[in-house]
Amino acid sequence: MEQKDQIIPLKHYGRWVSGGLVVLILIFIIRAFIYGQIDWPVVQKFFFAPTLIKGLGNTLLITLCSMLMGLVLGVIFAIMRMSENPVTTSFANLYIWIFRGTPIYLQLLIWFNLALIFPVVNLGFVEFPMVDIMTPFCAALLGLGINEGAYMTEIVRSGILSVDKGQLDAASSIGMTRLTAMRRIVLPQAMRVIIPPVGNEFIGLLKTSSMASAIAFTEILHRAQLIYFVNAKVMELLLVAAGWYLIIVTILTILQGAVERHYNRGQNHEENRSLFMIFKSTIYAKRNSQGV
Amino acid sequence: MYMLNSENVRKSYGDKQVLKGIDLKVKAGEVMCLLGPSGSGKSTFLRCINRLEKIDSGRIYVDGELVGARLHQGKLYEQTEIEICKSREKIGMVFQHFNLFPHLTVLQNLLEGPVIVKKENPQVVAKRALKLLDRVGMLSFQDAYPKQLSGGQQQRVAIARSLTMEPALMLFDEPTSALDPELVGEVLAVMKGLATTGMTMVVVTHEINFARNVAHKVVFIDDGCVVEQGSPDEVLNNPKNQRTIDFLGDVS
Repeated sequence: MEQKDQIIPLKHYGRWVSGGLVVLILIFIIRAFIYGQIDWPVVQKFFFAPTLIKGLGNTLLITLCSMLMGLVLGVIFAIMRMSENPVTTSFANLYIWIFRGTPIYLQLLIWFNLALIFPVVNLGFVEFPMVDIMTPFCAALLGLGINEGAYMTEIVRSGILSVDKGQLDAASSIGMTRLTAMRRIVLPQAMRVIIPPVGNEFIGLLKTSSMASAIAFTEILHRAQLIYFVNAKVMELLLVAAGWYLIIVTILTILQGAVERHYNRGQNHEENRSLFMIFKSTIYAKRNSQGV
Repeated sequence: MYMLNSENVRKSYGDKQVLKGIDLKVKAGEVMCLLGPSGSGKSTFLRCINRLEKIDSGRIYVDGELVGARLHQGKLYEQTEIEICKSREKIGMVFQHFNLFPHLTVLQNLLEGPVIVKKENPQVVAKRALKLLDRVGMLSFQDAYPKQLSGGQQQRVAIARSLTMEPALMLFDEPTSALDPELVGEVLAVMKGLATTGMTMVVVTHEINFARNVAHKVVFIDDGCVVEQGSPDEVLNNPKNQRTIDFLGDVS
């Protein structure tokens, strides 16, 4: 149903060419992997091997624990950094300076070897040998969690600064203490700004936790290495680990989207549309315009 | 008995004195309008009344009690945060930019203070809150979020939010200055209605007509001092001080 004076859309030949090129490259890569000397049955066999699943569990556990630790430290140090007390502000700055300024690999090694300089932990009434306390899990938790806290401090601080100062005025005017106002009014609004970078940090931490294999923490990569030291199927086991990381990251990305939508309530932003939704709405629009 | 009584209130930011000894008295049930050029210190004084700003010297009594300071053996000591929060509970405040909590619905905005701060029963507060929303004409918007409302609607909700705390004194900091001209009327109407119920109000405003029609007392402040005060007729129609005359000439 051609209308009078209808404008015929431009043909985008360039898009067809670039699209075609990308597909060609993809075909080339997939072909390479099919004909490469990969023992696929081994990949299949080890994908659900109990020892690797256990390693995956440890990876998730350490990621979750250090993330929680990082968040708590981040909120505490962000508030300290923004306080009017110069001593607490300097302390928070010192913390960020040290833990953001040294490599995480180095920090893990220092925590793990702490027994060399502090052989015993003395709590006044009891004493423990440091080697018993500083297990690989404990060292990894301290190393990853405290390091994460330093980054989280800056993220939380930027979130708090993004909330209008009038909100604190309004909260104070109805009799809220600073702490209550922070918890009930400022932080929930700061979350909107905090969540996207925290999601990135979480995904980053999941991958950084593989560093803990250096201090014999048995996360998934460490276990994969233990297996290929024995059966020499190096690439196959690395591919299994890569597959698991991608699966977890995909799940985390979906969760992040859900959390962001929750904290966006009350904001009139147009929701980010997925590829599927754009596709669906285009189809509907076409149908409607054709009067179907 | 005065609802608000300020004696020789002084405040400086660094070297700059912004309040140079303010003495003002408001009886219960009275409406006092503060007029003055921007930067005159009228908003700062208003924020001192509920201790959003700290004063350097002087006394502010609200409902007979000192705000922000404790008298001990003839000397004034700064109050703790808990004490300050306690006295803020009976002083409502409405802001130029509304400052509604954007992550909460209209009704939740009203419940927040009484339920979280005063630990009142949510059901009891909700009944009171809905009545107040009805009074400001916002009952049908109880589940909306602030960003979905016009400026005038947000300001009416903000007034209701302050009232749910059942304050003895209401402070208005230029409540219509951020509004589009056609929305000013609806907010002033709500404030006028509130005045007729006998609420004590201190209003910083540029709305001369509101001051003329509603206020019992008009105060002209300039350069941190009270220049002239009296009934609307005295100050607005027959100003004596040259600075008042100039200011009124500029705004009308």
